[in-house]
Amino acid sequence: MLFDALAEPASRPRVLVVGGGIAGQAVCEQLGDGAQITLACAEPHLPYDRVNIGRLLTGEELPALQLRPADWYEDHGVEVLLDTRIAALDLDAGTAATAAGATLVYDRVVLCTGSDALVPPIPGIDAAGVHVFRGPEDCAAIVAATSSSRRAVVIGGGLLGLEAAHALATLGVPVSVVHLMDRLMERQLDGPAAALLAPAMADLGVEVLLEHATDTVLRGADGEVTGLRFSSGVELACDLIVVAVGIRAQVGLARDSGLAVERGIVVDDRLVTSHERALAVGECAQHRGVVHGIVAPIHDQAAVAAQTVLGVDADYAGSIPSAKLKVMGVDLVTAGAAEGEHAVVVADAAAGTYRKLILSEGRVAGTVLLGDTRGAELLLDAVRVGAVAEDPLALLADASKATAAELPDGAQVCNCNGVCKGDIVSAIREQELGSTQEVVAVTRAGAGCGSCKPIVAELLAIERGGAAEEATYLCPCRKQTREQLAAIVRTEGLESVSELGAACGAGHDCGACKPGLSYLVSEICGNRHREERHARYINDRVHANIQNDGTFSVVPRIRGGVTSAAELRRIADVVDKYEIPMVKVTGGQRIDLLGIRKEQLPAVWEDLGMPSGHAYAKAVRTVKTCVGSQFCRFGLGDAIEVGVDLESEMEGLYTPHKVKAAVVGCPRNCAEAYVKDIGLVAVEGGWEIYVGGAAGATVRKGDLLATVQTAADAKRLALAFLQHYREQAEYLERTYTYLERVGLAAVQEAVLDEELQAELLERYRIAKSAADPDPWRERYAPVTPKQFSALDTEHDLVGPPTGVAR
Amino acid sequence: MSETWTEVGYAADVPMLEGRSVAFDGGRIAIFRLRDGWAAIDHSCPHADGPLADGIVADSCVTCPLHGHRYDLRTGLRQGDEGSVRTYEVRERDGMLELRVPVAVAG
Repeated sequence: MLFDALAEPASRPRVLVVGGGIAGQAVCEQLGDGAQITLACAEPHLPYDRVNIGRLLTGEELPALQLRPADWYEDHGVEVLLDTRIAALDLDAGTAATAAGATLVYDRVVLCTGSDALVPPIPGIDAAGVHVFRGPEDCAAIVAATSSSRRAVVIGGGLLGLEAAHALATLGVPVSVVHLMDRLMERQLDGPAAALLAPAMADLGVEVLLEHATDTVLRGADGEVTGLRFSSGVELACDLIVVAVGIRAQVGLARDSGLAVERGIVVDDRLVTSHERALAVGECAQHRGVVHGIVAPIHDQAAVAAQTVLGVDADYAGSIPSAKLKVMGVDLVTAGAAEGEHAVVVADAAAGTYRKLILSEGRVAGTVLLGDTRGAELLLDAVRVGAVAEDPLALLADASKATAAELPDGAQVCNCNGVCKGDIVSAIREQELGSTQEVVAVTRAGAGCGSCKPIVAELLAIERGGAAEEATYLCPCRKQTREQLAAIVRTEGLESVSELGAACGAGHDCGACKPGLSYLVSEICGNRHREERHARYINDRVHANIQNDGTFSVVPRIRGGVTSAAELRRIADVVDKYEIPMVKVTGGQRIDLLGIRKEQLPAVWEDLGMPSGHAYAKAVRTVKTCVGSQFCRFGLGDAIEVGVDLESEMEGLYTPHKVKAAVVGCPRNCAEAYVKDIGLVAVEGGWEIYVGGAAGATVRKGDLLATVQTAADAKRLALAFLQHYREQAEYLERTYTYLERVGLAAVQEAVLDEELQAELLERYRIAKSAADPDPWRERYAPVTPKQFSALDTEHDLVGPPTGVAR
Repeated sequence: MSETWTEVGYAADVPMLEGRSVAFDGGRIAIFRLRDGWAAIDHSCPHADGPLADGIVADSCVTCPLHGHRYDLRTGLRQGDEGSVRTYEVRERDGMLELRVPVAVAG
């Protein structure tokens, strides 16, 4: 039972939203806190952006299309029921039965059941190898089929069909679009624009066959598709067919519930169906005879439906249809009517551009922009409001020169999430946003397909008076940069985060910058600062990595990935003794012990008898090695010895972000030195030093810093580079972004110059000499009370040190 | 029981601008030592049960170490979003920390 009838006053209606698509999500967003919402999704996924489903064909994963993260629903009190199909509605009683047999109670129900792919009744259409293009499962099946497909056909030359065909061509499958009509996208385009679109698609590897009516799908012996026969009798061989001829409103539930249904669920201007308790929004709804199959009207409808539910008078007067073709290399935007008695056109057949404005009684009624979509937002807004255009040619010309500044506040900038210019500008002003990334995060403009991000950035630049995007603030609350804060530390001779905070306020408001301030103070003071654990992240207070359940992971130092039977035995004994739930070999050639309680940490460290691997810190993590010349028949250098030495020399120091390194004995690169922050590669007659490589979320081959003759020179350069990075990088800036920001040449100048290099190495030596080589020794002398326990617990006791660990 | 103060531990066990958790009233409470006194809220972050006593503390808020949700230590309200944790009354008496459920909440 989901609803307790007495739990909430009637002022917050219980609303059941049926369908977890863009429409269902939009209704939830619009209802906000005004209602107790239950969202029933038939699919096993949270609402995702179906408009961009084509991206699933070209390697994107479904989570990238998810409209909101899981905790959004939790945070907004929206109860989400996944995999829940509503089987029946009793509208008079206000109940719903799920397919699984549960009963839901509601005051109002909003049907957002969307649509199914329309499958034409062609003989053979049920052959294996024929797919529709509607959900993630369809995309997965299509992608799987492309690996063996030699020729694909897309039936349907509308927006969706063209996007599917382009994705297939991108995947390297020869593809033809078969279209019944005499032009592509006939609902949105006029003849001349469509005539330009066909060759543009051909340039992208998509063959277009117009006026081809498919008569039969041909099948082979095993029922698999082998081709098509057209009504002309001509045949076309293929082994993969994607059907994208249109959609059909999902009205089964509505019809069975006794609602008036024509092509869609009939709704009035309030979006209410033939039963007062039920509303319908999106592709399943039919308003004034129109069933929309595109995204923009959904947001308009959802807003009105939410107001209706919340008891506010609102009318939906219909939407102007608009469409944007999401095919890389073909820019196409349309809105409103494509043809009319009065129209002006600016076209350049050679350049493949076509810009048209359609007018009705002196007002803008439609636009088609192909190949040159400059000013699209301005023209879309003109269509939306029916702007008076005394000189339509001038309007077209002006639009192509328009900047974001000239857009009216009501102009929709982000069509995926329905965000207007006014929303973006006021968010920038009221919340003092300084970077495009922030604006996208706050307003969600640009969080969908991303095509509007340049406009978002332009609006930000305008609001900031043309100033470049905000500098990276180490303390965003007080807008202080690393350089500004470093200057205060130096000139006033400060030695702690508290002193810095007292001097300028940094770290007092939200505290997020305190670890960064800690690093800054320690780096400038050469680790002779006054350490304050309150300014450190929990990992650096207990020297272990916090996990999602509040337990910790422990990674002992295993330099160069070289261990011994004795160490492995001790690790095994610790795992048994403390019943450690998970032992995992890491990507960095070490061993991770997971699921350890804070109170166990000191005793676990004691029994391991190995120093900290700093796997929890922004510090040098590990130096991976291959076996090199000690064993490998191809080895040119002693990777193990050099790697172990380098790790000893680099470990124990905090860095702006984590630093991963590797040493390999030849360019076969078995330990991936080319994609490490610091990578040493033995070559014939010497060593190469690579810096700024990465193989995480970003993949980047490191830049060659220098080639030297001896391993000692290589290690020296690695340390000089590390110190330059420690001094120059922003906090939480990895070496690859730092390198791209300051430039390889600047780094080489500092690191390779004999004098400057000596200074860097001297500062490094000073910092290293004051750094704690093994923070796990705090097990003998905790630096704060209850460092490894709670107020009412004690950590496992450890006796006095028996000797220096390793 | 909400009227009475319960002794839960030594004040000296909570360092300046840090938190420590303790069992109380059927759950765990995080107690923080601030520059201007004490604060106590639920230990478990409502988002994903993150241990709030392990969070970084600024003048009047704590940040959950797991996903960065931030709570005002005086009101319990999540900053920048909806949601909240419960707050408790906490005081120091003769070196001991004492907790009680605020009367309004307990009512």
